[in-house]
Amino acid sequence: MNYEAVIGLEVHVQVKTESKMFSRAPAGYGHEPNTLTDPVVLGLPGTLPVMNKRAIDQIIKAGLMLGCDIAPVCKWDRKNYFYPDSPKNYQISQYDQPICVGGQLEIELPGPSRNVMGEHKFVKLTRIHLEEDVGKLNHYDDDSLVDYNRAGTPLMEIVSEPDMRSGYEAYAYLTALKQIMICGGISDCDMEKGQLRCDANISIRPEGSDTLGVKVELKNLNSISGVRNGIDYEIQRQIKVVEAGGQVIQETRRWDAEAGAATLMRTKEMAHDYRYFPDPDLMPVRVDQEWLENLRATLTELPYERQRRYFEEYDLPYTVTSVLVPDHRLAGFFEETAEKCGRPKAAANWIANDLLRELSAAGIGIDESKLRPDHIAALVKLVEEGVISNNIAKEVFVEMFKSGELPGEIVENKGLKQSSDTGELTALCNEVIAANPRSVEDYKAGKENAINFLKGQVMRATRGKANPKVVDEVLREELGKL
Amino acid sequence: MAKDENGIDIDYVANLARISLTDEEKERFSGQLGDVLEYIEKLNTVDVSGVEPTAHAFPLENVWREDTAEPGFSVETALQNAPASRRNMVVVPKVVE
Amino acid sequence: MAETLYYRTASELSRELESKKITSEEIVRSVIERTKAVDGSVGAFISFDEDDALARAKASDERRSRGRELGPLDGIPIGIKDILAVEGQPLTCASRMLGKFVSPYDATAIRKLKENGAVIWGRLNMDEFAMGSSTENSSVKTTVNPWNTDCIPGGSSGGSAACVAAGEAPLSLGSDTGGSIRQPAALCGVVGMKPTYGLVSRYGLVAFASSLDQIGPFAHTVEDAALLLQAIAGHDDRDSTSFKTDIPDYRKEIEKKRGPWKLGIPKEYFGEGLDPEVRKAVQAAVEFYRSEGCEIVDVSLPHTEHAVGVYYIIATAEASSNLARYDGVRYTHRSPEAVDAIDLYFKSRAEGFGPEVKRRVILGTYVLSSGYYDAYYLKAQKVRTLIRGDFLKAFNEVDALLTPTTPSPAFRKGEKTDDPLQMYLSDTYTIGANLAGIPGISIPCGFSESGLPIGLQILGRPFHEGDLFAIANTFEQAHHYHAKHPELK
Repeated sequence: MNYEAVIGLEVHVQVKTESKMFSRAPAGYGHEPNTLTDPVVLGLPGTLPVMNKRAIDQIIKAGLMLGCDIAPVCKWDRKNYFYPDSPKNYQISQYDQPICVGGQLEIELPGPSRNVMGEHKFVKLTRIHLEEDVGKLNHYDDDSLVDYNRAGTPLMEIVSEPDMRSGYEAYAYLTALKQIMICGGISDCDMEKGQLRCDANISIRPEGSDTLGVKVELKNLNSISGVRNGIDYEIQRQIKVVEAGGQVIQETRRWDAEAGAATLMRTKEMAHDYRYFPDPDLMPVRVDQEWLENLRATLTELPYERQRRYFEEYDLPYTVTSVLVPDHRLAGFFEETAEKCGRPKAAANWIANDLLRELSAAGIGIDESKLRPDHIAALVKLVEEGVISNNIAKEVFVEMFKSGELPGEIVENKGLKQSSDTGELTALCNEVIAANPRSVEDYKAGKENAINFLKGQVMRATRGKANPKVVDEVLREELGKL
Repeated sequence: MAKDENGIDIDYVANLARISLTDEEKERFSGQLGDVLEYIEKLNTVDVSGVEPTAHAFPLENVWREDTAEPGFSVETALQNAPASRRNMVVVPKVVE
Repeated sequence: MAETLYYRTASELSRELESKKITSEEIVRSVIERTKAVDGSVGAFISFDEDDALARAKASDERRSRGRELGPLDGIPIGIKDILAVEGQPLTCASRMLGKFVSPYDATAIRKLKENGAVIWGRLNMDEFAMGSSTENSSVKTTVNPWNTDCIPGGSSGGSAACVAAGEAPLSLGSDTGGSIRQPAALCGVVGMKPTYGLVSRYGLVAFASSLDQIGPFAHTVEDAALLLQAIAGHDDRDSTSFKTDIPDYRKEIEKKRGPWKLGIPKEYFGEGLDPEVRKAVQAAVEFYRSEGCEIVDVSLPHTEHAVGVYYIIATAEASSNLARYDGVRYTHRSPEAVDAIDLYFKSRAEGFGPEVKRRVILGTYVLSSGYYDAYYLKAQKVRTLIRGDFLKAFNEVDALLTPTTPSPAFRKGEKTDDPLQMYLSDTYTIGANLAGIPGISIPCGFSESGLPIGLQILGRPFHEGDLFAIANTFEQAHHYHAKHPELK
């Protein structure tokens, strides 16, 4: 029998803010332990939470980008459970009135090859709510150490419907989600820093069935590849269980990326009783139309919308768009360049090929690059006007990436201007013709290709500065005279 | 479920509350809380159909602050009351799932 | 002169400070001496820091000597219930759990007192985590009623009431979740007020039941209580439940000759279980107001009988969550026996909490647990709406309500400790104001034959503390019960 997997994801995304969700302590990553706390973060007796307005703006923006309905009123609840990383032993969260309801995320399934766009699919979302993050436990042999720096960081939980069917789809979901969060400025989504964390609910059923099987919750999927591998592993495990005549048991399992396997954490019998109730310390949030519209006006284009626009507006090939679009800064860079030089295709090629190569060789990001859209726009113009050849342009590109000088200066200083002086070229062509009688013979015998060899000789002699079109013309003229 | 035929399932609830109780305490609390719950049963006589719950004495909305950070505690202050600390972190006995 | 200062009212002391007849240091020394003399038998204080108090007094005197205009509380010592955070001072909530805790921050009310130049004086005993009505649930010590040391002072702010009654501080702060200011004030013969929920910031008040807790003053007189409330009231951006409202000048509200008032007598507060002596004293007070030209109206608060039940569901549910943070990890008592982190919780909480706290945490956990939320918590919140509605409806008709503060005068130590339900029922008259969020004040209105004080409770419209002070002051000016003091060795 063939089985189909049914997968839903719960993704936690840290919201980018200056201060924490309910206190004024700074939010941040990579600081010395317990340096980002205050009485509220530590849950000292007597302390009270006060909402961070920006965190709410951010989640509403995320909800709008994902097509959610924004609840006109939402409230805060306490989720009660004991754990040493939780300062109050309850987490302020949203239980039955989340701020964002419904919505969908567009994902791309694998195409027939890397160069061909795959089918797109919409994964439905259940809800998005806001809560506070907990601290971090560091485990040692005999004890554990707690750092509360992360505690209180605003955290969104994005819950999908069980709409995915494979580890790859979950991977595509996370990738798409991450791109949207980054391009919207909602989160940096660095999984290594724990800014994006993923749990999956996985079940299997016979292909063609529309009932849901018993689901297993898989935790600790802490990298994008881990999500794919972990889920695929769990699907196979469940299939094996069923094929061996067993039954899948509702339980929570923990993915261990190093071991490439998952272990049992707890069974349903040990499930929590969270005793949710409305947090009496916090007031509800009411979102009116004006607030929504103000936020809507700040939204950026979604990556896939941008890709479709690139196809239509710039006629760019899939391969180039799939490089430019995922990184909104790169896409922005491209659009600025395209506008400045009026040659989107050329600009896209320079960025997708040469710029990315240089950036990766230098190990820096686009924001740190000295080379700006003005450089590429000017370079495209120099080539287009015939001032330099494409080959020279490649040289100039590397140079301007290194120095940050504009291409005009480099061409001028290094004397790279293309030569179109036919007098000088005629003499040079004749020298080459005289030195290569065999090629001349071939040409005259009708071997058109032979002229390429002669052209190459001329170009070499000019160290590439000659305009190849002009060389071609002069050579043909001189050969014709023979 | 937290109730058995005698009232509160004291073991279940004490486990949720993370308080270990002696047998004597369990028995005494079960009895005393049974009385209180019986008293509270009176609430069942009140008709609350169509009544909204009161979560706050005076409902306010949208009480928030702007997203500006203020320096918080030094590590020393953060840990000044900690029963045990090491490497500027709070020490807890081994955490087992 | 110093030896007579300790029983003076804050307003008198303030006027004498202003006219430079006395110094803050003299007042504080007098209060320290008095405390040392009587607190061995009263037991109001958990701890005090003489040097700190004297330093604050001297600083106040210095400010005054530089000719700066100072507020009325500058240089006046104020006792603090050990449930309010004062930077650098212990904060125990009378619990072993916080036995070693030193607060690294100030409660907003404390910050405001400091800004007003008040002398923070001593930490006052209470029922552990404010859970109780007799201060017998303190894990630290016993506080007695200064009028009869065999009796309880009331609770949970028993230390705050007793210290004012015994002359160990002219003013003190307490907190009131179901009557914890008004009830001990009544039993100790002092003035105590629970302000409207949201009037005083709860930031730095260790939470018992967040939707009910309020900080409020204890004083000898209504004017003094107004003075202290004036200093601590007002919006705070560290408390989301704090209300943005203009705070009137309460002393001016008292001076304004208003009225005659229309006063309601809720019949449910004069039913079965009311001690005849208390009934008599309160009825006499009602007659006084009638004789003053006030219109006295019978009103009904039909859901009163459910207040105790609603209260014990809401308060314990919120408490079970609020007290979860006391777990042996970051700053509390840590059991040395724990073998792992989970065990640490069970043992630290078993060792750190006293029986009443355990009982209430268990009850609160139960009413929130899976399958019971709707039947208990949600139901209680709905009945709370009805109770609140009763009050607001009554206030459409009357300016304030007159009731007894407690069903009986102070009971004897140990009398109700084994019967929590009876103890809970002694809060019957005070709980309604917390559930409705309205202000209430208790003032002395007489004595029982055995010489125990009796309290009159006046309940008012939300944010109309000024009315309550004015109504209460009318009675006080005509009776002068506040001038009577207990005899202590």
